[in-house]
Amino acid sequence: MRTEPAAPAAAILRFRPLNFGRWAVWGLTAALFVAAPFAFDSKFSLALMSQAGIMIIFALSYNMLLGHSGMLSFGHAVYSGLGAYFAIHAMNMIGRGELFFPVSLLPLVGGAAGLLFGFVFGWLTTRRAGTTFAMITLGIGEMVFAASLMFPGFFGGEAGISGNRTVGAPFLGIDGLDFSRDIQVYYLIAAWCLASMVAMFALTATPLGRIANAVRDNPERAEFIGYNTQRVRWLMLMLSAFFAGIAGGLMAINLESVGSEALSAIRSGGVLLAAFIGGVAFFFGPIIGAIVFVFFAVALSEYTKAWQLYLGLFFVILVMFAPGGLASLILMNLRVIKFGKFRRLLDPYVGVILSGLALTVGIVLLIEFTWHRTLDIALGATVTVAGFAFDTSQPQPWVLAVVIVLAAGAAFEFMRRRFKAEWDAIQIEIETWLRDNPQDKP
Amino acid sequence: MTPALQLAQLTKRFGRTEIIRGVSLAVAPGERHALIGPNGAGKSTLFNLISGRHAPSSGTIALDGADITGRKPFEINRLGLSRSFQITNLFHRLTAFENLRCALLWSLGYRYSFWHRLNGLREVERRAEEILLRIGLQRRHKTPAGLLTYAEQRALEIGVTIAGGARVILLDEPTSGMSRSETAAAVALIKELTQGRTLLVVEHDMSVVFGLADRISVLVYGEIIASGTPAEIRANAQVKEAYLGRHAQAAV
Amino acid sequence: MPLDFFVIQLLNGLSYGLLLFMLAAGLTLIFSMMGVLNFAHTSFYMLGAYAAYQISEWFGFWPALLLAPVAVGLAGAAVERYGLRRVHKWGHVPELLFTFGLSYIIVELVQVVWGRAPVPYQVPVQLEGPVGWLQQHFGLTFPAYRAFAMAVAIFMLAAIWWLLARTRTGLVIQAALDHPQQVEALGHNVPRVFMLVFGGGCALAGLAGVIGGNLFVTEPGMAAAVGAIVFVIIVIGGMGSLAGAFVASLLLGLVDAFGKTSNWSIADGLDAVGLAVGPEIFGYPVWKLTLAQVTPVLPYLLLVLVLIFRPRGLLGTRAD
Repeated sequence: MRTEPAAPAAAILRFRPLNFGRWAVWGLTAALFVAAPFAFDSKFSLALMSQAGIMIIFALSYNMLLGHSGMLSFGHAVYSGLGAYFAIHAMNMIGRGELFFPVSLLPLVGGAAGLLFGFVFGWLTTRRAGTTFAMITLGIGEMVFAASLMFPGFFGGEAGISGNRTVGAPFLGIDGLDFSRDIQVYYLIAAWCLASMVAMFALTATPLGRIANAVRDNPERAEFIGYNTQRVRWLMLMLSAFFAGIAGGLMAINLESVGSEALSAIRSGGVLLAAFIGGVAFFFGPIIGAIVFVFFAVALSEYTKAWQLYLGLFFVILVMFAPGGLASLILMNLRVIKFGKFRRLLDPYVGVILSGLALTVGIVLLIEFTWHRTLDIALGATVTVAGFAFDTSQPQPWVLAVVIVLAAGAAFEFMRRRFKAEWDAIQIEIETWLRDNPQDKP
Repeated sequence: MTPALQLAQLTKRFGRTEIIRGVSLAVAPGERHALIGPNGAGKSTLFNLISGRHAPSSGTIALDGADITGRKPFEINRLGLSRSFQITNLFHRLTAFENLRCALLWSLGYRYSFWHRLNGLREVERRAEEILLRIGLQRRHKTPAGLLTYAEQRALEIGVTIAGGARVILLDEPTSGMSRSETAAAVALIKELTQGRTLLVVEHDMSVVFGLADRISVLVYGEIIASGTPAEIRANAQVKEAYLGRHAQAAV
Repeated sequence: MPLDFFVIQLLNGLSYGLLLFMLAAGLTLIFSMMGVLNFAHTSFYMLGAYAAYQISEWFGFWPALLLAPVAVGLAGAAVERYGLRRVHKWGHVPELLFTFGLSYIIVELVQVVWGRAPVPYQVPVQLEGPVGWLQQHFGLTFPAYRAFAMAVAIFMLAAIWWLLARTRTGLVIQAALDHPQQVEALGHNVPRVFMLVFGGGCALAGLAGVIGGNLFVTEPGMAAAVGAIVFVIIVIGGMGSLAGAFVASLLLGLVDAFGKTSNWSIADGLDAVGLAVGPEIFGYPVWKLTLAQVTPVLPYLLLVLVLIFRPRGLLGTRAD
């Protein structure tokens, strides 16, 4: 028979001071969004940031499936793509005066489309789980893509549908705020991005969000605590598709054109890469991943045609050595700093980073040389890499590249082992300390 | 009086192998019933049939008179039956507290809500804390379930099982892998947590069986060869021969 | 439909279906044996085609037929040994993502080495033209190379069955699927078995590439063109079921062959029963689609149907 009163028990866990930290983080993020265009004001930077903002929403929506609910999808572009198409058709209807709706709220049209198709396709795809679910999403994605080419009336064939975002009434009736200038589009995207981030974050702290975590960890047990796991996954997919549709709507506004590649397997693969590179186990992981991905796709692609190869290599290396993504790397290092042991890693880090950079340079040279010889040979034998010109018809550049790869490779391997030894030792020390000093203080 | 749980001529075949061959059993409300038998007798399979993990090949299962044969696990759970697992089966990335909170959400009516703030659900929190205290894990409430010690996980397993308020509880070898003192503590915990509820326990440890159970059934090769009070089972020659053997000496 | 046209399309469908099955079989074997769904499987198919092209440029087609699958198999084994094995400990999702990233990389590497345009991988001279006796006796013009492809596929099938059911290696592989720890305790090198299985599966994909590369076009997009279909096949057939993959492959091959040649549309059908369908009718764009236009989507429609009515797949046994 229990005799202790309930009050002390409740007090153990319920004492939670107002979480200033959380408000500070959101406030800082908002401030960053507002201030960014003043720091980076070139047209190119603005385009980069706008695309990153959209990608952040897209990647976070994807992680609602992968990271939060354990659902690996290869067809997420279906929802963002269909959202984009519906949004651009609505945009054109506004332009023709058939629809009175603010352009700034068009992402909601995209979201609604995403939600609708999430409902329909979600029911189909969530009938199975795990690897089978992944394959089914691949099939549905290809189906929608193939179907889009069969209905040129709605999808506009290969060329797609174009629109004009300056139509309709200006924002809040203020003359001049008609999204004719890129900076206005940027702030629209930033606002939606912030709102979506807050919404998706809030969702993680709801009953559905937590049960989705449970279904991820142990679908069988989730059934035995009263939950229909298929229903849970279906609902999460619908909500995820809603936010993907918002991203699609913003894409339509940003580019004023939607083509078949918005529904493509490449777009689906891209958001998967972005989420995973950032780290799926943490809420903010896909935010990092989205920014990195846009960097590869938009910035790096200006400098080299082989950017997809580099992206693929980067992704595979992460899968093999850091499957928790960049977020996990950051957090693990923060933990080492918190325990005051980071000093011991400085030297090994320098060694790994320098030799790794050298190795990367060598590999990049080889790739760029081969690429040039295969694909751009018509432009002559000389290729420029980072400002240096190399004549690929001569053996010297090749020899140089190979020597760099071999030498840096050996050095890197040596440095990597040295780093790993020190890192593992530190981790053991930390884990041991944690085991002996349980951190569950009430 | 309607039995809390009634099995009628239950059979289960996997391919050509018949694991359960015509099991009939009635457990009265509030009764503590132990299911014993040699390894491979089919005890876990029987649990899987009752809890909906597998559908029986023939026969019926009734919970408080309602037919639950072949229903899905979540349906059966919502009707008031809950089970634990022999191999710890928790939400390994969620903390101990979160595990309990999840186990409470459906029974407290929150279902698939995505419009409630989880941390604002006072009743859910109060009940989760209460169970946490009773299973003795209040100092480990922020630890992910996967990182708890084995005994802590077993305790959490029981906590998650009873959290939803199920009237009929199935416990599958709750003390497996425990030392003597851990076992004694576990038995005390089970008794306390399942007060007033119907209990069906699979166990190998005879001291637990004879200390906990009101009635015992013996399952051998998929059939129940004896069913009765501990005294009756102890005295049953068939049972002694088929199963208890030397264990009877240790338990007595 | 005239009979000879029907027979030709039947043979076309069967040959395409058998090619798809060569791919689906390797994929199913790897999945059954190792629990890994090799997303890069069709990339190894593409590698097989490119390797066969390169080898046949140097030595001719017949050496390529032998050497290309071996080369691809070795590449697969190396990938397993140095890449996949490392990821194995992280679980199934990272394994799948590893093979996904690998498929990305292989496609890009192929372009770096051979360029973006299709390469002129030709059918060997000896197999050009129609099958002689079919033309003589039945008046049917069926390409000899397609018949050869079918023969290779059937031979491969038979070889797999014989290997798994009749040899000791096969038994060990089957045992390692279910009980890897016991098999390892018995002294068998399970990691090596995995490497062999993965390499073998990739070699099968490579063989399919040798055949498919000159039957169709060898270009960087060929992996993606057939990729989704193969995964759809194994879901329709039932994950992990070779027999299911066989049935589904043939089914899709036939659907593809017959669908592509038909100009029938739903509007035609409605017309035939007296219901005129014009542009003003709701949904006209759908009704006027011909079967030939819809053929690319048919495999996925089949997938949808299977998912609704038989989620486990045609011959699937396991629920996941």
